[in-house]
Amino acid sequence: MTCDVGSVDPVIDHDVVQRVLSTAVRSGAEFAEVYAEDKRSTSASLDDGRVEQVTTGRDRGAGIRVVAGDTTGFAHTADLSEAGLLAAAEAAAAVATAGGGGERTVVLTRSPRRPVNVVERTPDDVPTSAKVELLTRVDDAARSVGAAITQVSAGYGDSRKRVLVANSEGVLADDEQVRCLMRVSVVADGDTGMQTGYQSMGHTIGFEVFDSVDVTELARTAARQAITKLGARPAPSGSMPVVIQRGTGGILFHEACGHGLEADLVAKGASVYRDKVGEQVASPLVTLVDDGTMSGEWGALSIDDEGHPTQRNVLIQDGVLTDYMWDHLRARKQGRAPNGNGRRQSYMHLPMVRMTNTFVLDGEEDPEEIIRATDHGVYVAQLGGGSVNTASGDFVFGMVEAYLIEDGELTDPLREGNLIGNGPQALRDIDLLGDDFAMGSPGTCGKDGQGVPVGTGQPTLRVKALTIGGTAA
Amino acid sequence: MSDTVAELQALADRVIDRAGAGEQLEAYVSRGGQTEVRVYEGAIEHFVSAQSEGIGIRVIRDGRTGFAYAGSLDEAAISELLSEARENAGYGTVDEWAGLATPDGVAVTPQELWNDELGETTSEAKIAVAIELDRVASVADPRVRVEEADYADAWGEVAVATTTGIREGGRENGCHVTVSTLASEGGPDAETETGFGFSVGRRLAELDLPKAAADGVDRAVRLLGATKPSSRRLTVVLDPYVTAQFLSIIGGTLNGESVVKGRSLFRDRIGEHVAAERITLVDDPTNPDAYTATDVDGEGLAARRNVLIEGGQLRQFVHASYSARRAGTVSTGNAVRGGFRGTPGVGCLALQLKPGTRSQTDLVAGVDDGVLVQSVHGLHSGVNPVSGDFSTGASGLMISGGALGAPVREFTIASTLQRMLLDVLEIGGDVDWLPMRAAGVSLVIGDVTVSGT
Repeated sequence: MTCDVGSVDPVIDHDVVQRVLSTAVRSGAEFAEVYAEDKRSTSASLDDGRVEQVTTGRDRGAGIRVVAGDTTGFAHTADLSEAGLLAAAEAAAAVATAGGGGERTVVLTRSPRRPVNVVERTPDDVPTSAKVELLTRVDDAARSVGAAITQVSAGYGDSRKRVLVANSEGVLADDEQVRCLMRVSVVADGDTGMQTGYQSMGHTIGFEVFDSVDVTELARTAARQAITKLGARPAPSGSMPVVIQRGTGGILFHEACGHGLEADLVAKGASVYRDKVGEQVASPLVTLVDDGTMSGEWGALSIDDEGHPTQRNVLIQDGVLTDYMWDHLRARKQGRAPNGNGRRQSYMHLPMVRMTNTFVLDGEEDPEEIIRATDHGVYVAQLGGGSVNTASGDFVFGMVEAYLIEDGELTDPLREGNLIGNGPQALRDIDLLGDDFAMGSPGTCGKDGQGVPVGTGQPTLRVKALTIGGTAA
Repeated sequence: MSDTVAELQALADRVIDRAGAGEQLEAYVSRGGQTEVRVYEGAIEHFVSAQSEGIGIRVIRDGRTGFAYAGSLDEAAISELLSEARENAGYGTVDEWAGLATPDGVAVTPQELWNDELGETTSEAKIAVAIELDRVASVADPRVRVEEADYADAWGEVAVATTTGIREGGRENGCHVTVSTLASEGGPDAETETGFGFSVGRRLAELDLPKAAADGVDRAVRLLGATKPSSRRLTVVLDPYVTAQFLSIIGGTLNGESVVKGRSLFRDRIGEHVAAERITLVDDPTNPDAYTATDVDGEGLAARRNVLIEGGQLRQFVHASYSARRAGTVSTGNAVRGGFRGTPGVGCLALQLKPGTRSQTDLVAGVDDGVLVQSVHGLHSGVNPVSGDFSTGASGLMISGGALGAPVREFTIASTLQRMLLDVLEIGGDVDWLPMRAAGVSLVIGDVTVSGT
């Protein structure tokens, strides 16, 4: 096997990792893992017409996990010397001991690198002035849309994280993860008070992303959104058909079923989708995929945070539940291979089952037809965040930009509010699916106090009934 | 000051000693640790023990600000950090109001934020607490299972020094337990409802495990059989836990930085009646009962009591030094800081509504058609603090003719922040100091739209 040694310097020397792992399993634990990272990040913020601050940061450290039976011990340290790592290994092993004892030598085999994301211009090599200039362009573009725009705030961020993961089963993998992000928030002021617009873009590639994505268009879109909403009327209250524009609605699936397909929640009975593999859980129109290999997308990774290569996992095929998502421990318990969904926020966190890029494949309808086929309902052009109670299946998500549909046409813009539904019911209620698939904006998914970057996507679709949480009769 | 805090203070002092002429410098140094135990089905699922440390350096020169941080206190790295912060300052826009806080002579109200006993508690004792919580909650009701029972504690030490004369250090520790429950009745396909309970303290003995377990069990069980209510306007009674979340959002709209940047819906409204007359809203981190009580704010100024709304009338906004300078006023001691990785922002520290006298049961007895809201979800996605639109997912119990009735879920409650403040009909006397930046109390709000079927 040829190994691409590549340009990644190891965060920790491999011999040291091997000795630390051997120490961690000395007292009989069946599994130990070292996750080390060295991350550099730059961010710049503009608000109220001023570049307020440029921030640079460095985070570097390792988390060590030791498993014995059903118990996991975890410790992390910012001290990457051999002594520091050994101390963390001892701390992690303190509760997770099986009492077996004896020397066990861990032999590591370096996995070949298979970069999912191709980086042309590492942000470190780009002058800070070029990053700051993007912000002033965003500010100018947003304000140029109209005199009603009274405030603009924009944020630029990039990071480069070198990662090393090794475990007592011999896995040794490393990766370099580069991200670039831009977001813009706009306030418009009018007779009816203030309204806001928001747009963001983010990719797991280098600064070259700004050659292909026009940040000024992002700014103008946010500004137009805020101005349009100055004329918005209160959102309706009650249950009705909802058409969701392509790209933005992936969050619906992320909340309505994605979390419920995470094997850790399933195993504890905290998911409405437990014991449902092989059953029809959604409209036959729905094929749902979680794919960590989708190059350049916000949830794309070469390896997950347990050192396993990411992959494309079909979760729902034509409405039938085919599989859950797994991390190392849950897969091991089931005697199956992990599928690249073990993730963590940083070296200070334990990994768990997480999504990567989650999306619904194309259907066959013309998106224009989907609107025309709807007599009375709501068209959501942009969704905000959401959340779900996986055990009951109830989920909510916010409408950042929405319009009323009357007699098959978009009419008045609507003020903001939440939509609420129940996951299994909403999936069954998807009755029209467009042929215009697109990925959406970058997201940060929170679970058990940890945030990880995720992507979502979908074609334009209709759910025949969701509850709109507005105030108008 | 403890020896270890003095060590951090000395480090911060050494950094600011390196300030050049015409340069303002701030060093914020911190160190902390945490323990977390999760128990599932009577056994330890995980045990986390961790320590971290770091430093953030802020430079202001010629009205431009730069910042750099590192997750390490390695002195060699600090020199590099200082030059990075200086370089970063070169890219900022000149801002005549930019500047660090200066001592304002307001006396610090001392707080008891540290307990030696917690630091000396063994891992075994902490594990025993989580196992006991799991056990108590598991045996309470045959319909209830425990999804997880957690014990967690944390300690932190911090020192800040500036060339403008701020020099503050301190340390704090605390612990809490939380339990997440699942309730179901009937076959494997029966609905599952969820609940949670928690307790906080500065030492193990202060943790009330029976209360945490009972809350977790009750919250899940009372929702069994929940249906979706019909859409209509009615009166809501917010549980103290929900009120605290609502107050945190209101606090955000009274943020002086949002005001000076034209983002607050209450800007230009000082002196006006923005709320029902019974509303007096105070931010008081000097109250030792508050979970977030503190002696100094994120810039090192004394934390203080500020009356924001009095008798329904808007009195003042909260400020840190930058927003205060721009607004032509002085800091109210409301700088908030998330740690060494960032610079301070502005925020309320410990909000409290002046309580009424009646119990939640008495408040409910006065409601003809309403809903008791036990929990909300989606506040982050359905509330816009700039426009004031308010819409959130909810679950709870219907109120009919003054009595609690059937459980309901999968509905939203909606209004606007402006209207909700004016529509407050009653405030309970059941103040609960929750682990948030606002105290809970039962709150009755009229004319809220419920969206369900």
